[in-house]
Amino acid sequence: MAAKDMREPIESGCPDPWQYLHPTMRKNFGQWKYHDHPRPGVLRHVAFSGDTIWTVKAGTQRILDVFTLRKLCDIGDQYADGYVHFTLRSNIEFMVNDESRVEPLIGALESAGFIVGGTQNSVAMISHTQGWLHCDIPGTDASGVVKSMMDELIDEFRNATMPNRVHITTSCCQINCGGQGDIAINIQHTKPPKINHDLVANVCERPSVVARCPVAAIRPAIVNGKPSLEVDERKCICCGACFPPCPPMQINDAEHSKLAIWVGGNHSNARGKPTFQKLVAAGIPNNPPRWPEATAIVKRILKAYKAGARDWERVNEWIERIGWPRFFEEVELPFTKYHIDTWRGARSSFNASSHIRF
Amino acid sequence: MAIDKHPTPMLDQLETGPWPSFISGIKRLRDEHPDERINKVTNDLLGQLEHSYETRKGYWKGGTVSVFGYGGGIIPRFSEVAKAFPESKEFHTLRIQPPAGNHYSTKMLRQLADSWEKYGSGLVTFHGQTGNIMFIGATTQSTQVFFDEVNEYGWDLGGAGPCVRTAMSCVGAARCEMSCTNEFKAHRMLVNNFVDDVHRPALPYKFKFKVSGCGNDCQNAIERADFAMIGTWRDDMKVDQAEIKNYVNSKGRQYLIDNVITRCPTQALALNDDDTLAVNNRDCVRCMHCLNVMPKALHPGDDKGVTILIGGKRTLKIGDLMGTVVVPFKKLDTEEDYESLVEMAETIIDFWAENGLEHERCGEMIERIGLANFLEGIGIEPDPNMLSHPRQSSYIRMDGWDEAAQQWFERQAAAG
Repeated sequence: MAAKDMREPIESGCPDPWQYLHPTMRKNFGQWKYHDHPRPGVLRHVAFSGDTIWTVKAGTQRILDVFTLRKLCDIGDQYADGYVHFTLRSNIEFMVNDESRVEPLIGALESAGFIVGGTQNSVAMISHTQGWLHCDIPGTDASGVVKSMMDELIDEFRNATMPNRVHITTSCCQINCGGQGDIAINIQHTKPPKINHDLVANVCERPSVVARCPVAAIRPAIVNGKPSLEVDERKCICCGACFPPCPPMQINDAEHSKLAIWVGGNHSNARGKPTFQKLVAAGIPNNPPRWPEATAIVKRILKAYKAGARDWERVNEWIERIGWPRFFEEVELPFTKYHIDTWRGARSSFNASSHIRF
Repeated sequence: MAIDKHPTPMLDQLETGPWPSFISGIKRLRDEHPDERINKVTNDLLGQLEHSYETRKGYWKGGTVSVFGYGGGIIPRFSEVAKAFPESKEFHTLRIQPPAGNHYSTKMLRQLADSWEKYGSGLVTFHGQTGNIMFIGATTQSTQVFFDEVNEYGWDLGGAGPCVRTAMSCVGAARCEMSCTNEFKAHRMLVNNFVDDVHRPALPYKFKFKVSGCGNDCQNAIERADFAMIGTWRDDMKVDQAEIKNYVNSKGRQYLIDNVITRCPTQALALNDDDTLAVNNRDCVRCMHCLNVMPKALHPGDDKGVTILIGGKRTLKIGDLMGTVVVPFKKLDTEEDYESLVEMAETIIDFWAENGLEHERCGEMIERIGLANFLEGIGIEPDPNMLSHPRQSSYIRMDGWDEAAQQWFERQAAAG
């Protein structure tokens, strides 16, 4: 088709949400007074006008087929008012302005297989990325990891009995699209990329690949008479940053791409400033379809946190109070030289005091 | 016509257990959808995914696909194992921008589902980590037709590649008493000012806007956004003393002391002998903790605005960076306020586009050139709110000190 026959896009950008707001939310926009938590999975917001809205939150499989999407719409039409909201962690929320409609709505969601919960001090839905289903560089399948873990953490999603909310994230490579979490389960490669030198010259823009390496371990080279790239394997940190711009530098490895677990990432400013997650465990097998080893460690961490943290303490605050030695003891994880940071700013993570717990 | 279904013994194990299964969902499309095209596409998708599970490798490659008139917005995926799984050999994702705050009517969701099953795989996610609706699985050809159809009724592509990305905002003033700004308006004014930069990737790298209505930062703006807006207030927080007493009566005095008073990061709270709460508002940093614990008793003040932080990002390339405060407080009441917000974003993006290296996020550029140089470049004066503490190193040439000190006093005098 000639360009002149093509349809010009309408560059409308981000749509106005006003048309999709529940009428009670539209009416009381910016005029909410307080909220409470009548039961797990339900929030009640009260406006200065006296209007009240009940929100029922449900977890789904996130990768929705159109049948599931329509089922959610059917429930929204039959038991709510035809409006929904999606949370940052891909939960769906339905709103009703009559308390008597809350229980039937919950009943409809649960009998359709959705999981009501995820509010307040629960283990929230694990936020995740595309994985083997759709990503071009994944070391694992986030959807599968999340399904496997949520099967085991479902009671912590349904009940809000943690000291504070727990956000878990997963990432299928070290770029860490899943983001920071109280607990993060991320791929950690342990071997340098395997380079297919026959393809590099044709597929990769070599200077960009050289520039992409965080430790300057990649340099141009002629290999087997062809322009290619070589990696100084003593410098290489196996991060995989070269793989997206240069697919012949394969970083994923069935055996040596492992999972690592990080804790204490917290985006909130409540009490302390936002924090980044810290490494606690590595070398965990990337073991589809159920990843039992990673789930077992996550459950140990959650158990210790639930037993030991005070009300309102997030994972990072709990560890800050009890100290890292006791954390490693309580979750029965080894402490190694790999826990000592080597990256820029590492020194600020060293203990330069006589503060030691005994 | 019956299709030859790939065996999926590993994926089948993800159909057990109580959490909803994405594998069961994909199988429903394979087995029950009336359109044979969708049956075949999802069958080969499951086949390829099973192959990934068996070999622990991904088999999608990127490429270049967009719609007419745009340069981005599509995540192209071509299968490396197309011989074995030909029906899903082109399996692109369309990133569609959601409404600010992620609100929908079921009517609109049904309309989107109807369009999607005409052209795509029938799989969709609300939402990806950047914040887009992810319509997963379309051929190069159907990408254009699907986009044309939904674009006609109000939906546009988001960003992919080195460009301004789809923005995100919290539920905000629509349903939250903590909200200190009009998140929707800030979100839409910012990102919709840059539609050209969203659709035609030409920046050093990605640039993300995220808006959270208060310091709880539900959108992870500070740690994920190049341009983070956090709602706040600068007058006194509102205290309903009767509700404080109710709280003491229901939870106990010690609970309130242990969970509110002593948890305040700047010790700005005290419980008086008569069970009223004393707040030292000058010490309060608007962290939100006490409001979270007692949402009935405590509320943000009336003089609301936003704090703006620049340069948050994830790991690549120099490591994780939080955003840095660049504007401690900005009013967002009038149209002029919003216009000046957009102008500021333009100035920052222009400066970064000019000075950022290829594949360098804004925060990384600031790390490289220094915060003071960045502030000078965008015409913002230094402010102690931008730092945790002043410099510790004496290794700096300071012969411009007198002039800088003079400017500080002049600015203070001008600000009154």
